[in-house]
Amino acid sequence: MSGSEVIFAIIFAIAGIAAALLVSSKNVVHAALYLVAALGSIAALFLLLGAEFVGWTQILIYVGAIVVLLLFGIMLTKAPIGGTTLDNQSRVLALVVAAGTFGGLTWLIWDAFGDKEVPLDNAVRTADIGRSMFDRFVLPFEAISVLLLAALVGAIVLARKD
Amino acid sequence: MNLAWVLTLGALLFSIGIYGVIARRNAVLVLMSIELMLNAVNINLIAFGAYFGDQAAVGQIFALFVIAVAAAEVGIGLAIVLMIFRNRETVNLDEVDLLKW
Repeated sequence: MSGSEVIFAIIFAIAGIAAALLVSSKNVVHAALYLVAALGSIAALFLLLGAEFVGWTQILIYVGAIVVLLLFGIMLTKAPIGGTTLDNQSRVLALVVAAGTFGGLTWLIWDAFGDKEVPLDNAVRTADIGRSMFDRFVLPFEAISVLLLAALVGAIVLARKD
Repeated sequence: MNLAWVLTLGALLFSIGIYGVIARRNAVLVLMSIELMLNAVNINLIAFGAYFGDQAAVGQIFALFVIAVAAAEVGIGLAIVLMIFRNRETVNLDEVDLLKW
């Protein structure tokens, strides 16, 4: 196994275990920290695949902003930190649905792409992303700006005390 | 590196996210599971972008848009959860069942 495959195996293990512990943890704050571990390992995977801008944006926005927002949500909604269970009645159904989804997707993936290799030696530079974003994708970029503005205004209107 | 293994990681995280969305009672935990699913989609997009190797980096730009939309959605979702908590003193999704048959 080459070095990149070893690193990918480590990333796979960390992300898989962190995600499994996230959905089964009894402590809400622990779940948030497992989410941080999963997001960090996914960012490492992005760096491995040559997506440097997306990898660091993932750390910046997901770990740096979204997880902090979720922790604030946990704090402000007085999430139970203790003995009460955090799962509802439909655990078995959820397990069946999740296993079925995973089985179907994995079969499809290995049937279609089982023998394809990802070249790891061309990293996309941030300059290329910037050039492409403002050349070909300027309209979705502006639309995303309006969407973020709408989300900001909507969140403030929803959550203010009146 | 085999492309199918990267996509399998995406599928695994997506399935675990689905389990988390269905099985968890706390609304904030459901939001965390949704974030996991969005990250799985991003893994897929980046992997295919690296596989096809285009210099316009369409896969990565799409992933950036997914990250932006996820951030907006978490903001709105948490505002809604806060409103529910303010009105009902609970974020237990089993107890928010007015629309159930």
